[in-house]
Amino acid sequence: MNTTTLSQPSHQSTTVNLCTFRLHEFMIGIDVTLVQEVLNRQDATRIPLVSDVVQGLINLRGEIVTTIDLRRRLGLPQRSAEDPCMNVVIRTADGPVALTVDQIGDVIDADESLFEFPPPTLGGPHREFVTGVFKLDENLLLLIDLDRVLDPTTIKIRTEVPV
Amino acid sequence: MNTSEFDEVMVEFITESRENLDELDTALVTLEQHPDPGVIAKIFRAVHTIKGTSGFLGLSTLESVTHIGENLLSKMRDGALPITQENTTALLGMADAVRSILDSVEATGGEGTETYPRLIEELSRLNNPDAAPVAPAAETPSAPAAAKGSRRKPAAVAEPAAESAPAPAGQRPTKARADASVTQLKPRKVKAAAQAKKAEEIVVEEPARTGEQLIDLGLITEAQLDDALLQQGAGDPRHVGEILVEHEIVKPADVVEVLKTQAEERPSSNESIRVDVGLLDDLMNLVGELVLARNQILQFNASFFDPSFSATSQRLNLITSELQEGVMKTRMQPIDNIWNKFPRIVRDLSLSCGKNARLEMEGRHTEVDKTLLEAIKDPLTHLIRNALDHGLESPAVRMTTGKPVEGTVRLSAYHEGGQVIIEIADDGAGIDANVIRRKAVQKGVLSADEAAIRTDREIVNVIFQPGFSTADQVSNISGRGVGMDVVKTNIEAIGGTVDVQTVVGRGTTFKVKIPLTLAIIPALLVNAGGERYAIPQVSLIELVRLDGDSAVSGVESVQGAPVHRLRGKLLPLVFLNEVFGTESRPSDDAVNIVVVQSDDTQFGLVVDDISDTAEIVVKPLGRLLKGAAGFAGATIMGDGRVALILDLLGVAQLAGVSSSSAARAQAEANAARALDANFERESILIVGIGERRFALPLAHVTRLEELPLAAVRTAGDHRVVHYRDQILPLVTLADRLGIYSQPDDGQSLQVLVCGAGERSVGLIVDSVFDIVDERLEYSDRTETYGVMGTTVIGGEVTDVLDIRAFVAHDILVAAEAAA
Repeated sequence: MNTTTLSQPSHQSTTVNLCTFRLHEFMIGIDVTLVQEVLNRQDATRIPLVSDVVQGLINLRGEIVTTIDLRRRLGLPQRSAEDPCMNVVIRTADGPVALTVDQIGDVIDADESLFEFPPPTLGGPHREFVTGVFKLDENLLLLIDLDRVLDPTTIKIRTEVPV
Repeated sequence: MNTSEFDEVMVEFITESRENLDELDTALVTLEQHPDPGVIAKIFRAVHTIKGTSGFLGLSTLESVTHIGENLLSKMRDGALPITQENTTALLGMADAVRSILDSVEATGGEGTETYPRLIEELSRLNNPDAAPVAPAAETPSAPAAAKGSRRKPAAVAEPAAESAPAPAGQRPTKARADASVTQLKPRKVKAAAQAKKAEEIVVEEPARTGEQLIDLGLITEAQLDDALLQQGAGDPRHVGEILVEHEIVKPADVVEVLKTQAEERPSSNESIRVDVGLLDDLMNLVGELVLARNQILQFNASFFDPSFSATSQRLNLITSELQEGVMKTRMQPIDNIWNKFPRIVRDLSLSCGKNARLEMEGRHTEVDKTLLEAIKDPLTHLIRNALDHGLESPAVRMTTGKPVEGTVRLSAYHEGGQVIIEIADDGAGIDANVIRRKAVQKGVLSADEAAIRTDREIVNVIFQPGFSTADQVSNISGRGVGMDVVKTNIEAIGGTVDVQTVVGRGTTFKVKIPLTLAIIPALLVNAGGERYAIPQVSLIELVRLDGDSAVSGVESVQGAPVHRLRGKLLPLVFLNEVFGTESRPSDDAVNIVVVQSDDTQFGLVVDDISDTAEIVVKPLGRLLKGAAGFAGATIMGDGRVALILDLLGVAQLAGVSSSSAARAQAEANAARALDANFERESILIVGIGERRFALPLAHVTRLEELPLAAVRTAGDHRVVHYRDQILPLVTLADRLGIYSQPDDGQSLQVLVCGAGERSVGLIVDSVFDIVDERLEYSDRTETYGVMGTTVIGGEVTDVLDIRAFVAHDILVAAEAAA
């Protein structure tokens, strides 16, 4: 799916290389250099008593990787069980983390001139994660802040013990 | 030689010197108790090596400090000066100075500015007890080297008086060259350093020859050795030892003893190599992967009937197990590596708190995984400090109770049932349960009723609770009420336990149990709610299966809490599915109980199925899952899926069966409070919207403005206002939060301006109440959009506004930067 050949090393510093994917009705982009790999749907081991933002644990060639359901993380409507999904594995300082998205898109070179900060009045719970918008010809591409998305202090990991 | 090679020389020097220093501490303390020429010679060699190498590496402070110490040692060795406490203290001080210089060299590349004038003065004074203090430079630096070199060459026997004569051995020219090159360019210096190092290594590592050792031990004189050597030189084919025995100068037993020590010394220098710990860690990880792959192949083999494949996988199984064992062994180190610091600690402490103590150590060669060894170092040190400070009585008290004046602290280590047991025992006053009971009530750790009903044993365990101390006076060693709880927490963090036994008047014993290794552990696999979990085998007591009628009758209830009668005793039951909120999916009607021990509590964990035992590789849960309760990690199973490893302590707490859960909760609260105290207060803005009060950090707001309502325009869907030559978009917080509001006058708007210039937004509130300096603490049990939590500020309930819900991230960053 992510077979789009990367363009020649860009001589202009005005383009950014983005990995794109579809999530609910949005196209979202992240810095392609942060993406380690893309996996098909994985059967994750659920973790009891943990926020449903965390989908579970998967085995990535012997490494245990936490998967985050990006829809839930961004406060978007849930996908149904039979809807397809994929995992985008992100490199972080603390090892890889997988994000569950609907569908992976192309790797694109986005011109920085098309970038704009999000409108100040943009609402919704996912507001805090969006750093800007690329006005592409075919659609709008939301740039998200992965540090913020994966900040453990803002994910309420532990849920209440059922009594 | 390039810089990195120079660094290598330096790093090697630092590592070796540190090892020598550790030995030095122990040896000095031993020496004080049992004067022994062999030990002095050993200390002397260690100091001499450091001094020599530091000279070549251009570490002049280090050289001058060790030089003067070496002089003192040489006089002590020759019997010119006695071995006194004062001398030992000064030499230990020298060892500390060397350590801090080495630390500084490692951290900064330089020796630092401290020159230790007082230490040098003290050492010089001790060097010449009769004379006035002598400047260290006045002495010939190579004197001890000369003495040493001469000892090796019987042809040039050096009398003690000849110490200041030029050295006959080949060391002096090398040293002079190096000294000269210190001020020159690096490459030269390094070359000299490398040569010096080589020379030093030979001096240090060549096992002392029999004759010299006999001299060191004071059994023969140098003249007698020379005679024997002459006889050998004249064609006698026998060894020196044999000749000496023949002349009845030494006893055969002494020669045998010396030869034995030589045999012990030899393999250590030739048959062991230094390996980077990082490399071993990598190797251990790889073996972990191999174990996983092996498990997968074995599982595959079970469903695949091919004799040759089966045989191969069995072989793979065996080899993997052996390899795993071998690699684990490489990580094992004798516990003495941390124990060798203790004689010094005991000595210094007993001097400083006026007690007379002796340290006994047993099982110093017991081996423990390196990682674990490091983890138990601090807890053990703390327990020893406690034994000295709280445990042992003062000599006067001991005298009146008829005990030997010298108290004993005994350390012992041994393997038992796949675990390492370490005991720290003192023959002190013991712990009086009634004193603890009184203190616990006084400090509010226990209520008076609780204290009365608990057994003495339970009461004594209160010492592990946070905030508890029995010391009447706070000393700088202990008594501050932190410590034992930290000891317990640290030991439990590596899967160990700590237990205390005490007899009043007779002493106290702390028993620490730790696992052999952490990385690969045997575990029991169970199923619950359709998932597999691993239970570490160390906590496992037994498995109980109730089927047929007993599945129903076997589970009874005491005031709503499920229990099982196990051999006449009530075992509290914990249904794993209930704790985890998962749905039970048992394969049959039977009740499967895994009886486990966690902390002091035994309980039965009821699971859907018990499947198998397996060697599992423990992998940590990522940073994202730090807050998850009840899990010690995860592992990969034979089928490639991930299984969680249960943390039974956590499960017990979740289920409320842990006896110390209340204490733990309190400990966590205390820790949180201590953490909070570190947080700085911040300025908090309090605003009113409708009937409610909201708080937000002032740092997010650039300005507070009152704008006339008339200036507000509607552009598209949004309200905007012309403000400072910009169009400022406005957000009515009341609307966004779904609050009904009616601004007071209807003439003007209270606006919080966030951000600057083009990138700013105005938040409309009803009123601005106050700005307070406080730490913003709030409960986070809210799902309300735009609200992060609730707190009480100035006695009124206030919601904490989630400003990120309304204002773009970059605006906030700009506002914060401006603030």
